[in-house]
Amino acid sequence: MKRRPGRFAVLLTLCLAVTLTFLTLPIVAIFLDSSPAELIDSLGEEGALDALWLSLKTTAISITIILLVGTPAAYLLATRSFRGKAFVVTLVELPLVLPPAVAGIALLSAVGPSGILGGTVEAAGVELTFETAGVVVALTFVASPFYVRQAMAAFASVDGVMLDASRTLGASEARGFLRVMIPVALPGLVAGTALALGRALGEFGATLMFAGSFQGITQTVPLAIYDRFSTEFDAALALSAVLVAVSAAILLSVKLVHGSEVLGGAPR
Amino acid sequence: MRWALALAAAALLLGAGCGDDDDDGGDAGSGSGDTTRLVVSAASSMTEALEACAPEFEDAEDADVRLSFAGSDELAAQIRQGARVDVYAAANTSLPEELYGEDLLSEPVEFATNEFVLAVPADSEIESVEDVAQPGIKVVVGSESVPIGSYTRESLAKLPPGQEQAILGNVVSNEPDVKGIVGKLTQGAGDAGFVYVTDVNATGGDLKAIDLPDDLEPDVTYGAGVPTEAREPELGHEFLAGLTLGPCATALEEAGFGPSP
Repeated sequence: MKRRPGRFAVLLTLCLAVTLTFLTLPIVAIFLDSSPAELIDSLGEEGALDALWLSLKTTAISITIILLVGTPAAYLLATRSFRGKAFVVTLVELPLVLPPAVAGIALLSAVGPSGILGGTVEAAGVELTFETAGVVVALTFVASPFYVRQAMAAFASVDGVMLDASRTLGASEARGFLRVMIPVALPGLVAGTALALGRALGEFGATLMFAGSFQGITQTVPLAIYDRFSTEFDAALALSAVLVAVSAAILLSVKLVHGSEVLGGAPR
Repeated sequence: MRWALALAAAALLLGAGCGDDDDDGGDAGSGSGDTTRLVVSAASSMTEALEACAPEFEDAEDADVRLSFAGSDELAAQIRQGARVDVYAAANTSLPEELYGEDLLSEPVEFATNEFVLAVPADSEIESVEDVAQPGIKVVVGSESVPIGSYTRESLAKLPPGQEQAILGNVVSNEPDVKGIVGKLTQGAGDAGFVYVTDVNATGGDLKAIDLPDDLEPDVTYGAGVPTEAREPELGHEFLAGLTLGPCATALEEAGFGPSP
């Protein structure tokens, strides 16, 4: 005899169906509206490959910076308690809730040519506005909180006993961090990386306002899509499809790596 | 399993139904209320002028005016994608003519002119187009798809080829609309840009306009029409008429626009 599903189960299913439809329909539409031939054509179009390459390059640089600096920072925030920690964490998370336009304005007023640190940046011989470096700054600014937040949660959930054990065995904290904390927290770190990657790849407003839009230098895929939207809708659509595919591929491969790590390092 | 599928299908229908309900609700709201809603899609360069005169139109017609500003090309693309707007006012005449040709817009009327100028920060030492061709000058222009961008290329094409190439080589950003160009200049990021004189006026002294020689100046005429799919076509035509005569015509003039040719 089959048990009838309860009302609550029905409600859950209903909500999932609505969520799924709402989230996937627009993405499915991108692919239904463009043929594979158009997709390939659009990649051959001047500027599209430049944009794709630039997006991948800037995202990779920005993610590398985020991982190198963000991981130890998140570890510190997760494992120490100090006065004003809640405030510090809030500050780190703040860019999460900033609209892209605000991020653009904020970057301009901080390190733009007439920003508060504009002179210092210029004196150091660094050019950000209208340069690829500016795109990296914009991506790093908007994407890093996604990673740091997730990494903090991952480190915080690691059982302190493990680290204590490694210390009892004579390992330094740095060694414990590298050999124990990072491997154990890895699934969380990978998830955070995936989020930050997605955010960086899709960044639009802050890049446009802070770095401008120029093919091969600052025009990332989202900017190239926007540039084509009005006059070449099909090309914009095709480029959007490419971005969706690339993002999905990155997300998927990150998840696969994460999966194999978990399988490989699972309880023995 | 079967019930789950059935539920998923039901949810789909429900979702679709809800969407429709929302639309209908919106229609009923604007239709049965006391005030009618007029959606105006206008080129970014008219932002200050139309924001200034819209309240007077609202009072006179007992309507609620929704102004939507963006690049003219973008607004045209929205209309092509089925956006329901009641007035389309562009920064050129070719986009309205195109939409008219596609049966998406009423026959366009020309309602104002603007002046194409070289804009530089107020303290800049740049005095002419020749200065902009110097190496190292950062030039910010409109993307080719927006009217300001095509005016810019049209104008530069009239320069001696060497100078045209030098200026285009100095371009550091192709902005999606006029606001982007002005923003980069007021922030000191760019050294020079090509915009409309009204945009320079709107910065309240942060930028100064440098007149271009007459033969370089493209003819900048603004055209507008009422989209075929407008919800309020009559009121749309009222608004259109007001662009050449009435509070909006005055506001445009105050912002630095010229009268229709």
